[in-house]
Amino acid sequence: MGKIKTLADLKNLKTDLQSKINLREKGISPEKLVQIKVAMATCGIASGAKEIMDFLIDELDKQSINAVVTQTGCMGYCYAEPTIEVTLPGNAPIVFGYVDNNKASEIIEKYIKKGEIVDGVLPVNYETIDKK
Amino acid sequence: MTKNKINILVCGGTGCRASNSETIMENLKQELENNGLEEQVSVVKTGCFGFCEKGPIVKIMPDNTFYTRVKPEDAKEIIEEHVIKGRKVRRLLYEDPETKEHISDSKHMGFYRKQIRIALRNCGFINPEKIEEYIARDGYDALGKCVTEKTPKEVIDEIKLSGLRGRGGGGFPTGLKWDFASRNKADQKYVVCNADEGDPGAFMDRSILEGDPHTILEAMAICGYCIGASIGLVYIRAEYPLAIERLKIAIDQAREFGLLGDNIFGTDFSFDVEMRYGAGAFVCGEETALIHSMEGERGEPTVKPPFPAESGYKGKPSNVNNVETFANIPVIINKGANWFNKIGTEKSKGTKVFALAGKINNVGLIEVPMGTTLREVIFEIGGGIKDGKKFKAVQTGGPSGGCLTSSFLDTPIDYDNLIAAGSMMGSGGMIVMDEDNCMVSIAKFYLEFTCEESCGKCVPCRVGNKRLWEILNKITKGDGTMEDLDLLKNLSNVIKDTALCGLGQTSPNPVLSTLDNFWDEYVAHVVDKRCPAGECRALLHYVIDPEKCVGCTACARACPAGAISGTVKHAHSIDLTKCIKCGACMTKCKFGAISKK
Repeated sequence: MGKIKTLADLKNLKTDLQSKINLREKGISPEKLVQIKVAMATCGIASGAKEIMDFLIDELDKQSINAVVTQTGCMGYCYAEPTIEVTLPGNAPIVFGYVDNNKASEIIEKYIKKGEIVDGVLPVNYETIDKK
Repeated sequence: MTKNKINILVCGGTGCRASNSETIMENLKQELENNGLEEQVSVVKTGCFGFCEKGPIVKIMPDNTFYTRVKPEDAKEIIEEHVIKGRKVRRLLYEDPETKEHISDSKHMGFYRKQIRIALRNCGFINPEKIEEYIARDGYDALGKCVTEKTPKEVIDEIKLSGLRGRGGGGFPTGLKWDFASRNKADQKYVVCNADEGDPGAFMDRSILEGDPHTILEAMAICGYCIGASIGLVYIRAEYPLAIERLKIAIDQAREFGLLGDNIFGTDFSFDVEMRYGAGAFVCGEETALIHSMEGERGEPTVKPPFPAESGYKGKPSNVNNVETFANIPVIINKGANWFNKIGTEKSKGTKVFALAGKINNVGLIEVPMGTTLREVIFEIGGGIKDGKKFKAVQTGGPSGGCLTSSFLDTPIDYDNLIAAGSMMGSGGMIVMDEDNCMVSIAKFYLEFTCEESCGKCVPCRVGNKRLWEILNKITKGDGTMEDLDLLKNLSNVIKDTALCGLGQTSPNPVLSTLDNFWDEYVAHVVDKRCPAGECRALLHYVIDPEKCVGCTACARACPAGAISGTVKHAHSIDLTKCIKCGACMTKCKFGAISKK
């Protein structure tokens, strides 16, 4: 990737990146991906987020489910760590708290495979600045 | 895959559970079974919606219908009307108190969400180790706009107009600070990011650095452009290894993309960021001490003036801002000062991040507009006090702040109101206390912290705080006198007036605010030799009620000090001179015969 030399460079790069992320998130691309974000700040890692991330990657791979598992920062729900956010193609993201290996398996079996939400959902209780 | 399956979400937060949300779940499941729908519809328990006031909450997905104040007997109607016939149960919808309109779709209920995330906008959204994700969410747009389209003065004016004040605790207007640094001429200037977060219980800066490190780099570069600095320094404590690692990755990526380095956006503005590590001393959050520590000197503060804006790092004009302050900058540039200054109160604009800790149900990191009340933060977002206990006080501002009682619950939170209430904003730690917390012990805890963290340079802080701690310790041991209480007050005021830096000037605050708000509790310790909260061990007495004691000997066997005597089937008694007050007997007693007084 070359250096960004002008504001136009940055805008082009942004549009390009956004359309790639849109493709991924809206599931328009041929391979419909399940997206999982694992909250990996110090608090999350201390409660076992790394193990959960490894478990998710292994398990989804074993079952050949097309998914991307990425890390992200603190979601703010310290009381319910580890937390993960699951986005099914065409659906709004859902955050699950208190995720251990059992809960992770349940999320894969019930939510990812069948669209059935499981206990432990953390409702979004804040506003973002995107739409303002 | 049946993706259009209906999911019914029932709030399982403490508040809603207390008002029967578990019975609601059972009834909903029962109704589904009665209608043979248990395969198509699932009932799920969720975390707190942060809307406890209108609880219990039931939300139906995928149409986002939001029912409030649901009762167990409403289950039948919800299933029969909403799920089967597809008609919303109007009487259970939220009614807007102003327009009296029923609102059904929770997407249009933004107002119930007390939080707005500005500084935390990317935390938990993007992968912090990928610059691409930051750029896709408008990252570095603000920097590009500033260096190619605006003069430094225009940017500073924008920040001034936004009303942004320092989020590290002092609340000094950020635009003004930048203005001072920009006016001083020098061959080299520095932008410093203060990431030496030291308040017990505060971790917002760490979370921002770990979750969104690029926003800090972008804001520092904008500041560099405004004040004419080409070098940025992040002073971070070595105890934050993950934040350091992510920041390093971010710096490398920004350099690779040409967003740090020479000729940024093809202009003649050059800026680069380096890291400086601190050993984690509380006083190094004070800007002059921080600068000395960066220079390799002892982390001790010096008298201001000269302010860092005149003579800072290596004697050059420097601008020091805290992490959260920087995190607001790109948003202000992108959305405009007039967007930002509509949020908050008259003198405190924007939002503030708080770390909720202590005896509260939803421990976590929250971001609310300035002017939100303590009640909203603690009882709505925080989900109330743990185990249904009574709220006693909330400590804000860390060791420099104070304890606020229930009479301040409806005070809108901003810099000035908190100071008027005898506390301060600080970096945003909020420690919630319930009836089991002894306020004298709390004051002692904070004094212990300041004694440990005092750099020792000035006498009031080095010697005075130690004496304060000793008096408090004496009181918790039951040896205090009424004269001690006067002495506490006088000494506190002397330290406040004479200490060299912010640490010493504010260290007596926990003592003064607890004396003001919990005078009776101090008096109980001193006069009655009693700790009302039951926390001060030396003042506790365990007693056996001879009426309730059946003489089972369980307590006597559990006592490690052999302080309990008595024969089988006869009431036992405790020898208070031998009792070490461990409480083992009380836990063992099955008859509730032992109590502490």
